[in-house]
Amino acid sequence: MTTPLLALSGLTKAYPGVIANDDVTLDIGVGEIHALLGENGAGKSTLVKIIYGLVKPDSGVMQMHGTAFAPVDPRAARGAGVGMVFQHFSLFDALSVAENIALGMEAPPPMATLATRIREVSETYGLPLSPDRTVGDLSAGERQRVEIIRCLLQDPKLLIMDEPTSVLTPQEVDILFETLRKLKEEGTAILYISHKLEEIRALCDAATILRGGKNVGTCVPRDTSAREMAEMMVGSTLATPKAAAHDAGEVMLSVTGLSAASPSAFGMALKDISFEVRAGEVLGIGGVAGNGQDELLGVLSGELPCGNGMVSFKGGDLSTIGPEARRGLGVLAAPEERLGHAAAPDMSLTENAMLTGMTREGLARSGMLNWTKARGFAERIITEFDVRTPGPHNAARSLSGGNLQKFVIGREVLQRPEVLVVNQPTWGVDAAAAADIRQALLDLAAGGAALVIISQDLDELMEISDRFAALNEGRLSAPKPTSGLNVEQIGLMLGGAHGMEVAHV
Amino acid sequence: MIRLEKRPQPSKAMSWATPLLAVVATMIFGGVLFAALGKDPIQSILTIFWEPLFGEFSFFYRPQLLIKGAPLVLIAIGLALGFKAGIWNIGAEGQYIVGAICGAAAGLAFYPIESVLIFPLMVLSGALGGCLWALIPGFLKVKFGTNEILVSLMLVYVAEQLLASMSLGLLKNPEGFGFPGSRNLQQYPSAHNAELIAGTGMHWGVVAALIAVIFAYIMLTRHKLGFAIRVTGEAPRAAKFGGVNPARLILFCLGASGLLAGLAGMFEVAGPAGQISIDFNVGYGFTAIIVAFLGRLNPLGIVAAGLLMALTYIGGDIAQSQLGLPAAAIQVFQGMLLFFLLALDVLTNYRVRFGTGEVAT
Repeated sequence: MTTPLLALSGLTKAYPGVIANDDVTLDIGVGEIHALLGENGAGKSTLVKIIYGLVKPDSGVMQMHGTAFAPVDPRAARGAGVGMVFQHFSLFDALSVAENIALGMEAPPPMATLATRIREVSETYGLPLSPDRTVGDLSAGERQRVEIIRCLLQDPKLLIMDEPTSVLTPQEVDILFETLRKLKEEGTAILYISHKLEEIRALCDAATILRGGKNVGTCVPRDTSAREMAEMMVGSTLATPKAAAHDAGEVMLSVTGLSAASPSAFGMALKDISFEVRAGEVLGIGGVAGNGQDELLGVLSGELPCGNGMVSFKGGDLSTIGPEARRGLGVLAAPEERLGHAAAPDMSLTENAMLTGMTREGLARSGMLNWTKARGFAERIITEFDVRTPGPHNAARSLSGGNLQKFVIGREVLQRPEVLVVNQPTWGVDAAAAADIRQALLDLAAGGAALVIISQDLDELMEISDRFAALNEGRLSAPKPTSGLNVEQIGLMLGGAHGMEVAHV
Repeated sequence: MIRLEKRPQPSKAMSWATPLLAVVATMIFGGVLFAALGKDPIQSILTIFWEPLFGEFSFFYRPQLLIKGAPLVLIAIGLALGFKAGIWNIGAEGQYIVGAICGAAAGLAFYPIESVLIFPLMVLSGALGGCLWALIPGFLKVKFGTNEILVSLMLVYVAEQLLASMSLGLLKNPEGFGFPGSRNLQQYPSAHNAELIAGTGMHWGVVAALIAVIFAYIMLTRHKLGFAIRVTGEAPRAAKFGGVNPARLILFCLGASGLLAGLAGMFEVAGPAGQISIDFNVGYGFTAIIVAFLGRLNPLGIVAAGLLMALTYIGGDIAQSQLGLPAAAIQVFQGMLLFFLLALDVLTNYRVRFGTGEVAT
């Protein structure tokens, strides 16, 4: 048997109250694409942070090419040939691609040399990227390429990718996979973290499944069904969200000729958007982030201004009505950014329940707040949506992403909205929780609410929406019934692959 | 090696312990400063903190505590509302001056008529004056996106010029033999903010400060508006999503803090100071910034911090006269308090770890 590139054995890392990694043993071979699967909180992040030198294990050893490997910091890990592309990009909008890459390097070469090398690497791996473009003008897919190229310039032996496809169109995903396969042929190993099981089946050679910090099994993804893998992750059988049959009712929300400027310099203005959503209907809006999703949610929630008559609820104009009064009417929203937008990070869950529940849940009377009632509401969200937290007094930022998302969605769903607009309902949420959230949304629609779901996850939109429209560069395509659409058509509706090409093999 | 590790939640205990630690650190480093100036450090610190409360002349100094503490608390309460929402009114000193001018002017306009209505009218006009002065940076921020820190600060200097002009011109005492300064309101019974109980230092300003503390406390913990202020400070986007109108909140916070600063100025000019004069303002508006932070922007904390700062004012005066410490040294001493507080605040959100941290074993 050949020596694996990286061998982890018996890695254990405990945090107060939780064992993040419990005796994890795992081998990654040279040129292997290895998937790391698990629910939120299963210990995937901790494990890759250990490999990348961000966290020191309590016990256990790592070996690279048979020699001991214990990086004290990410710099040491990079020195040993480990590169990592994070789920959240750490790029400066106002700087160019080359400047951003230089910032992450130990000893950046002169700009001209660097620009040449960026061009070389980008052409070799089919990741077209001009070094002097400003990052703020790039699409999410292009930003990811900056991060990937930043890693490739260090000539890594192991590339860790955390949820790389969550921001890409189907065509962009295909091209990313070509790049990864080419890297694999050159002998680079890839540790691939994703929730998208079909992708893992298409791409990966081996998969390790973590549950509760333990390695609960490995499999060859090609020979294992997505359902089997999902069940290994959650340790039980999965329920597929089911939409109850329902008839479309009256028009609840209608948007006509909506144009609105973006509040941010790197945002996307909305251009002439029109659609309507009926009671009991789910409208899915797909598209790559940065194409006007935040702005659309802002206009619908009442945070951003829009012209008279552009947005109306049951025929009544909403344009002059603020977020709180809209909630009073029954128009609710849940933004994408959990920390800082949907919830205040340093405030308790009770306070965050108060944030949007004040009017509709009657948590305030003539301006005086009823905290007992707010705590009750927070507790109800925690119980009904299975939010894992010691209690409602905990700060929102102490929750994991998936748990906070359940809280945020639960908070709006439990207020019995008549119209609910959600941006990225299951972003970064594990399979079981995502299924719960989708089911809750479908139940809401079945109860007669009109839903607008903005998401980058096309599988999700196909699963829960009745009609689908794509948001591209601030324009919305005409909504089409979801049944009868295939992935290729949707990809084209989304504006194709943004000028990407397949790797030169 | 010492490292800082982010806490999952801000520590409640630390957030209350840091003001005390800051006071201790200030005493130590202030002592070092006084020693460097050739004074006995322990005696200096005792003079500042002990003498006013328990010294030979404490019967005289103790009422001063309320007289100096009241304007500090009144102003700091208003500032804290804005600071909690991330709205930085640095110009309370100017609003204090304008409040005093408006309050005194309203009283002097009726001189020498005696009426019970004059004093309430002065209160209203002082409050209104401070409020409008603070709304200037507010409107400029809302309409044109100007920085309220700069505008409110610059308006302090405008207010100081206005004060000089008033003491030399419009409000000058016609019977004052040409000396700058207005009539002394202490000699105009209807306008005099006299001690309510003789020998205690208790005047209407102290009452107003207590009412402001209670109001602010209830508002911040139980009222929608206080919640809006807190959410805006913690996460402005979340506040907007929750339905807070940022422009209205800016105007409210600046207006309210100006109103309270104006009130403080009015009570001061009608009481302890007595008259509008060129050097009427002594920096309460700036010191109140320290008080607000030292009190954790919490109304009850601000009461304690206000009394503490009043103590350093009084003790500082004693140290100046008895030990010959320069006035600037006392100001440095007060400044240190804010400096240490802000530095130690790191401990609320981070914990200190010694050693190289987590090492694989």
